[in-house]
Amino acid sequence: MTTNLLLSIAWTHVSTRVRQTLVGMFGVAMGVGFTIMMAGLMQGSQIDFLRQLVDTMPHVTVEDERRSVPSQPAEEEYAAVGMSNVPNVSRRPGIKYPDAVMSSLRSWLPGDVAPSVKTTAIVDHGGGRVGVTLTGIDPRLEVRVSKLASQMREGQLTDLSKAANGIIIGQALAEKLAVKNGNTVLLGGGEGTEISATVAGIFRSGLKRVDEGQIYSLISLAQTLMGQSGIINQLRLRLSDPLVAQKVATQVEAQIGYKSVSWQEANSDLLSTFATRDFIVLTVMGAMLLTSSFATYNIISTITHEKRHDIAIMKSLGMREYSVRRIFIIESAMMGSVGILFGWILGYLLCYAWSHITIFNPLTGATVPLQIYYSPMHYIASGAISILCCAVAAFFPARKATRVHPVEIIRGAS
Amino acid sequence: MTEIALQVVGLVRRVQGVISHTLVDGIDLSVEKGEFLAITGPSGSGKSSLLYLLGLLDAPTEGEVIICGQPTSKLSETERADVRLTKCGFVFQFHFLLPEFTALENVLLPMRAYGRMSAKEMNERAMMLLTSLGLGEQTAKRPNQLSGGQRQRVALARALANRPEIIVADEPTGNLDTASTEQVFGILRDIADNGQTVVVVTHDAALAARADRRIHIVDGKIHETSFGVDRKSEIAAATGTVECQP
Repeated sequence: MTTNLLLSIAWTHVSTRVRQTLVGMFGVAMGVGFTIMMAGLMQGSQIDFLRQLVDTMPHVTVEDERRSVPSQPAEEEYAAVGMSNVPNVSRRPGIKYPDAVMSSLRSWLPGDVAPSVKTTAIVDHGGGRVGVTLTGIDPRLEVRVSKLASQMREGQLTDLSKAANGIIIGQALAEKLAVKNGNTVLLGGGEGTEISATVAGIFRSGLKRVDEGQIYSLISLAQTLMGQSGIINQLRLRLSDPLVAQKVATQVEAQIGYKSVSWQEANSDLLSTFATRDFIVLTVMGAMLLTSSFATYNIISTITHEKRHDIAIMKSLGMREYSVRRIFIIESAMMGSVGILFGWILGYLLCYAWSHITIFNPLTGATVPLQIYYSPMHYIASGAISILCCAVAAFFPARKATRVHPVEIIRGAS
Repeated sequence: MTEIALQVVGLVRRVQGVISHTLVDGIDLSVEKGEFLAITGPSGSGKSSLLYLLGLLDAPTEGEVIICGQPTSKLSETERADVRLTKCGFVFQFHFLLPEFTALENVLLPMRAYGRMSAKEMNERAMMLLTSLGLGEQTAKRPNQLSGGQRQRVALARALANRPEIIVADEPTGNLDTASTEQVFGILRDIADNGQTVVVVTHDAALAARADRRIHIVDGKIHETSFGVDRKSEIAAATGTVECQP
């Protein structure tokens, strides 16, 4: 059976029913358009959030601890021996030979690594006391592993070395303690040490818990505060591709034995929320596309009903049932494809319009535009699902109509 | 000798339902190539049902329909459709033309469905058929722009498009005025005289009388068979004509 014939019959049916065809196309276009908008919006906000997260955090953090408490030699020898309260036997703080480890990592790492000292401290200013995480960094190496330099609102990373006991604090913390750049605060360390430090810079990462609970200093200051001179207890890695962090972390851990945590692992709770969110979004988008194809279903049902005489005559002339059925599926595909084209345009315009909407966050006081992610995948996927829905939506009424025996129709007509 | 174009043996068509109903009840019949057969009978006698069975539009409950030597009872629905496309041409009481297509496109339809000719050949044949039926000026018109008689002639051209062995017509003149009836019947007569087999259901006794043979159906059975005057001598003189393609 020549496809040309089926196409020309289908085209005639569609083109002589302008209103119905437009309604069908409109339905598909709406479904596709809104799906693209939603996908762009959801993925945009997600990617924006992840970018903030990835920019703020090291991609992999190596710390001077083991993933599990090492077993004791006596336990290995005698099953009956149970040793409690000895988790730190054979463990001394700090990463052994940090320089050697770093140069070994640098030899294969797709990125860079910088040493740091992580400790806790209390920032005391004018009676306000806030517990924070203090990370001692090397400003020259830090630029290679974090975006801290670009997140500076006041001062620069290098100012750490210029000021006496300089520290860099987050904007939120600065506001909380009413500290300004250049002010002096008191830092309290775990060993009872107290050091007077100067605020040499203020940063803003956009993540509240970081801006409020993280401060930076030189490595030496952190070591002094810990009372452990020369110690390096953290290596921070930045990779050219943040998505391979998990793999790299596993590799690093296997190589040097210290616990290596990728940003994904550190935020696994958040990421699992994203997975749930993705699922919800996909369900909603699927439902939208499915619903939009119902218009097609209705129209094909109507056409097949109106055309039952034609179906009977085509069958009686000797056209095969599936050929006749294909006419209506082609019709649906025609409406679908044009609808999808319009849907793509609609989707793009919606995304464009939505990206100009700004949202005011009363907590941070910032006004940020909606983040839209433009991806050809959204267009391809919504188009593919939609055309499939249209074909299925046409298949059932077409099958029903073409199954009818021509004699029933011909008899009914006379 | 003459050749058998269409033969039925022990044909029965029953409709199962709350009340089972026998439409065609054990009919045996042979139709020669080039014969013009008229089937008559009262309403509900089963004459149309018989015609649908002869044209493979319907499948018999029992018995066999042999078209050009090919038994059809074991064919699938698709194979039956293929036989219809190439061996049978249908004309109904209502023209059943596709309303959105022109007369020419309607005549092209079976040829395009068969797909054995080039577009040019198909066009030429469709034009030739329409012209020979006096519709040379109407080819670009849609069915709703044509008169009843013209529509029925377009339907006839469509039935002839694939050069079928058998033309099956169900009350082809049922909706036509006298002049158009005469015209359509004349065309059918010509078709038969050109060697194609024509089977027509009609309740017009005068028309039926002009057929080569007339069978009268009552309650699904052949009640009476009579032969037309013109044809008798021809039958006697007839020799093996053009071969019927199986």
